[in-house]
Amino acid sequence: MSTLTGPRPAEAIDTAGHRLYWAVVDCWTVVRRGLLHYVRQPTNIAWQLGFPIVTVLLFGYVFGSAMTVPGGGDYREFLMPGLFGMTMAFGFMNTAYAVVLDSTKGVVDRFRSMPMASSAVVTGRGVSDLIAASIDLLVLAGMALVIGWRSNGGLPATLAAFGLFLLLRFALIWIGILLGLMVPNEEAAGSLFAVAFPFGMISSAFVAPSLMPDWLGAIAAWNPVSSTVTAARELFGNPAAVGDSWVEQHAMLMAVVWPLAITAVFLPLAVRRFQRLSR
Amino acid sequence: MSIDYAVRAEGLQKRYGRTQALAGCDLAVPYGSVCGLLGPNGAGKTTAVRVLSTLVRPDGGRAEVAGFDVTRQPRQVRHRIGLAGQFAAVDEVLTGRQNLEMFGRLFHLGTRPAKRRSAELLEQFDLAGAADQGVKTYSGGMRRRLDLASSMLLAPAVLFLDEPTTGLDPRGRNEVWRAVRSLVSGGTTVLLTTQYLDEADQLADRVAVIDAGRVIADDTPTALKNAIGGARIEVIVGEAGDLPAAAKAVARVTTAEPETDQDDRRVHAPVSDRVAALTEVARALQDQGVAVEDIGLRRPTLDDVFLQLTGHHAEAETAP
Ligand SMILES: Nc1ncnc2c1ncn2[C@@H]1O[C@H](COP(=O)(O)OP(=O)(O)O)[C@@H](O)[C@H]1O
Ligand SMILES: [Mg+2]
Repeated sequence: MSTLTGPRPAEAIDTAGHRLYWAVVDCWTVVRRGLLHYVRQPTNIAWQLGFPIVTVLLFGYVFGSAMTVPGGGDYREFLMPGLFGMTMAFGFMNTAYAVVLDSTKGVVDRFRSMPMASSAVVTGRGVSDLIAASIDLLVLAGMALVIGWRSNGGLPATLAAFGLFLLLRFALIWIGILLGLMVPNEEAAGSLFAVAFPFGMISSAFVAPSLMPDWLGAIAAWNPVSSTVTAARELFGNPAAVGDSWVEQHAMLMAVVWPLAITAVFLPLAVRRFQRLSR
Repeated sequence: MSIDYAVRAEGLQKRYGRTQALAGCDLAVPYGSVCGLLGPNGAGKTTAVRVLSTLVRPDGGRAEVAGFDVTRQPRQVRHRIGLAGQFAAVDEVLTGRQNLEMFGRLFHLGTRPAKRRSAELLEQFDLAGAADQGVKTYSGGMRRRLDLASSMLLAPAVLFLDEPTTGLDPRGRNEVWRAVRSLVSGGTTVLLTTQYLDEADQLADRVAVIDAGRVIADDTPTALKNAIGGARIEVIVGEAGDLPAAAKAVARVTTAEPETDQDDRRVHAPVSDRVAALTEVARALQDQGVAVEDIGLRRPTLDDVFLQLTGHHAEAETAP
């Protein structure tokens, strides 16, 4: 082995502009890594999209004929936005799982010992998860089109609806990062499904809250997933089965307020947890 | 503090709950040298490395690495160090090359130099053949080498290696040792932790022995070994009645007093000319017709060091 002729470290110039530049560049490097994971593990994508596809078959075709939409309308038209919403809701598990793997395998420590912008560890995770979520949505929308779902709302409204789904997913990134830093190992991360499942299901995704028992319907109506799904249905021009409660009447507003509120609470918590790794 | 030292720690303290992981740890490693931090499991080696590599803030004391304070100037420190932790911290999903190129970019080398440097390191660490395979398919030794390569992307001024050869087979260990020596010849200062006296002896200019979060000895490997008497000859006899005869035979080859251990029917003593001592004792015992169950030479271990320095055994296993 030859002696080391490696590059010598660049001096740490410490101006605000310099920091911002590297925060962006390092974030992009971490994003690239997330995307490489995505393409190097095609079976993961299959698993991840397998669940919504099975759900479509189950709810759209097996239970579908027994399902009614209050106020009328085709159940499958009603179902598809619910499915998009559920996939976003479950997404926080992907974030948490990736964070657990990185922190238990020491990759987070390696990042923290390097002169990279430490914010990039968090922002890079967020951006690559959003890109992955966009791909999920594209694939699901393609599948929905194949089985006859249509958006009747025009292009701007359609894009706005997908924007709301991604906004929800964005908010859940912070919960995912926080949980990922809190749980001790992979197995524990797997058990997060017990949280994700009711979060995705007790909502307006599959059944209108007005058809549920009152107390459950109230919980479902106030679930952030419901607001996003109902708002998206309105934007898509799909049957929305909007109930009488205030929160359902203001789904569009709440589809923005909920994610912002979640972000306002959990982003600082996640960042603080990350900083406390040095304790 | 002076900047003649690449690593300088004074009175480092770190407590985890009720465990005092570091209890006033002092360390001084001159530029261009290799310091072996030797201690059993739980002695505080990893905690010391984590404090020095800016991952953990100490509760008390201070430390400078490459002339910068680890708590007040962590960014400057991070520009000058490499770290290979106790477990290979590489991305399992990516290939070896993708790992190095990613870390290279994050070290702010720039895309093209990062690629060039990665190819160079893959070659040096004998990973070129597997460079484009997923790390999942790598053996333990290959992972460790990749981890080491990742910590050397910048040719750091100070390299921290936490038990770099634990869990490796002899071949893997030799490869790691070779890599470390090559770095040192390029001017890098190395602080490596180990549980093996042998490893510290092979690589380090100075050995700091750490116990319960405190450095209890700081010396050259030779001085340490001399203090504990270098290699020892050991005779185990079949009959306890033969012990005095065995002790007499052993006394002929040692300058120290042979120690007799009745329960184990064992006589042992430090020796300097090991092979000559072994043949002479064996012949003497045979001449006297002593039934020998076992005779051999034993290299001093971490446990011997501990016994000598602290009067208690090292709690961890010590055989390499
Ligand atoms: N993150 C932590 N939380 C709680 N205890 C810890 C932590 N890290 C280390 N310790 C404790 O501190 C002591 C020293 O640990 P460590 O520095 O890992 O020792 P070594 O690397 O020499 O085996 C041990 O008793 C260990 O259990
Ligand atoms: Mg350790």
